[in-house]
Amino acid sequence: MAARKSERLLNLLITLLVSRSYVTKERIRGVVEQYRDQSDDAFEKMFERDKEELRSLGIPIEVGYLDRAFEDEPGYRVERAAFELPQIDLEPDEAAVIGLAARVWQHAGLASATSDALVKLKAAGVSVDRTALNVVQPQLAVEEPSFEAFWRATQSRTRVVFTYHTSSSAEESVRHLQPWGVVSYRGRWYVVGLDTDRGAPRLFRLSRVKGSVDKDGKGGSFEVPPGTDIRALTESLAPQYTDHRAQLRVRSDSAHGLRRHARAVDPAGGDEGWDRIEVSYGRSDALADEVLSYGADVVVEAPDDLRSMVVARLQAVAADPAGAR
Amino acid sequence: MSGARDQVGRLLALVPYIQSREEVSVEQAAADFGVKPQQILKDLNVLWFCGLPGLGMGDLIDVDMDALAGEGVIRLSNADYLTRPLRLGSSEASALIVALRALRDAGDESVRPIVDRTLAKLEAAAGDGAALAAQVDVLVSSDEAEVNRLRTTLSDAADRGRQVRLGYYVPARDEATERTVDPLRVVTAEGNSYLEAWCHLAEGQRLFRLDRVSSAEVLDTPVDDHHDVQPRDLAAGLFQPSPDDTLVTLRLQPKARWVAEYYPVETTSELDDGGLRVTLRAGDNGWLTRLMLRIGGAAEIEHPAELSTVVRRAAIAALRNYE
Repeated sequence: MAARKSERLLNLLITLLVSRSYVTKERIRGVVEQYRDQSDDAFEKMFERDKEELRSLGIPIEVGYLDRAFEDEPGYRVERAAFELPQIDLEPDEAAVIGLAARVWQHAGLASATSDALVKLKAAGVSVDRTALNVVQPQLAVEEPSFEAFWRATQSRTRVVFTYHTSSSAEESVRHLQPWGVVSYRGRWYVVGLDTDRGAPRLFRLSRVKGSVDKDGKGGSFEVPPGTDIRALTESLAPQYTDHRAQLRVRSDSAHGLRRHARAVDPAGGDEGWDRIEVSYGRSDALADEVLSYGADVVVEAPDDLRSMVVARLQAVAADPAGAR
Repeated sequence: MSGARDQVGRLLALVPYIQSREEVSVEQAAADFGVKPQQILKDLNVLWFCGLPGLGMGDLIDVDMDALAGEGVIRLSNADYLTRPLRLGSSEASALIVALRALRDAGDESVRPIVDRTLAKLEAAAGDGAALAAQVDVLVSSDEAEVNRLRTTLSDAADRGRQVRLGYYVPARDEATERTVDPLRVVTAEGNSYLEAWCHLAEGQRLFRLDRVSSAEVLDTPVDDHHDVQPRDLAAGLFQPSPDDTLVTLRLQPKARWVAEYYPVETTSELDDGGLRVTLRAGDNGWLTRLMLRIGGAAEIEHPAELSTVVRRAAIAALRNYE
């Protein structure tokens, strides 16, 4: 009976929308056909549920009094200015970028939010022709199950509590956060906010959130400090990529992964079969990981700390007899 | 799921959508709303019984049934009070605004002013709904921008059925390769973008991770006929080990636990020292040797013992370079 119910919801909305003043419940019952046949009790319940369904669609139903002097009979209305999408005139190229933007999200919930927005814009008279522009198509993939909970919590300003672990240890800790924003940085999703246990802003990688993200209080329970720039804050909290340089010797036609990011490639003078390359890097251990994976095809010449790190780790592997310990 | 709620949401857009265009074919409306034509017809049937309070003569919304039955065209009248759609909700506005920002970051100089104009208009129309978009952000790095460019080039080549000359780095063998491929589609899985293609070098269907593509030149040559080639089912995971691959048991120290997150391990068990014991399939000893050297002393191969010896020999060979 979905069609009958749709009919009732739409007629209720039209009644509230076209009226200049608040409409009393009795009047609503008188004009919406399906309410008329109900008992008092059944009507009350049905009306309450219908009102909530309309509100869940984003329809602003106001409650007020017909006559301010006699606050005895509440009425309802939908104010047109709050209901309607304001005028929006888009040029063809602007409509085209909106059409392309609606394909960016690779996440069911957000993809449907963007297509609902697109439908509303089409209903406002916008014609979308995606082929009008030849534009690079980015994709925003979201695979972390906690994304939606954090996204909603940032929108409703609800404190959250969750279990977090770092990849380097089995240790897990329960964290309390006022989530300020959700950010994709270098291909990974993070939530940034005030860590109330530590009393300072912190960045959490969503893939390291374990289990569910739970509400820790009601919505609207904190304010994001005015002037907070989520983008700048993320860059300052994210792991730093300082620019160090390393000189490596690599065997000809090998270590292609390193060569791709090399700043300079020179044949090593007089050293047949080897090239000399320079690469820039942030953390020594991360570059050591990569160098080690090439085994005997890459040699660290400088700096010394990287060289000794690689040697020490090779010695650990070389010395480790199978099945020992 | 509430069918009525969704239907009312759609009708609140459908009524102004038709009125702003005077008439629309059922097919076009279905395409614009992303539903089947039958659904649009069901939605229109609801409108028959809707209108101004009281629903007297002349109060009902009028759908032109002759035009609908005859030409499959929708016209409606007597709904002057529903000429504008409902305003954008905060999640609709912010999802769209964040997507536009990603588009601006990924695009070149010519695109940015268009996106900026669009964002300004959209933010004005969305009002409060847009305020929340400031709380979600996407920072596209230069590497991602390169992958985005490749994705566009390769999808276009797949659509037009043109061969591509691909420079591709194979990390498992540490090889830079050149090959001609027939692109089939571009897909995203497990956080990375891939080109699925028929590879003329391997004479088979292959997946190429876009951040390992060093060059992609679209050729004029049309692709071969591949209608018999099924796209790979990626739901089961990208890396599909064969049961013939060697089953390896690794003992991971706490700092090497990430291995269990990055590779499809078959079993895991916690160890007293905070580490993990895992088993995984290794199709290629070279790949496993690279992995073990990379982890350094933080993992050991417990089984099979021969592989452990292979890894030790590789480390000893590398150490000679430093003598």
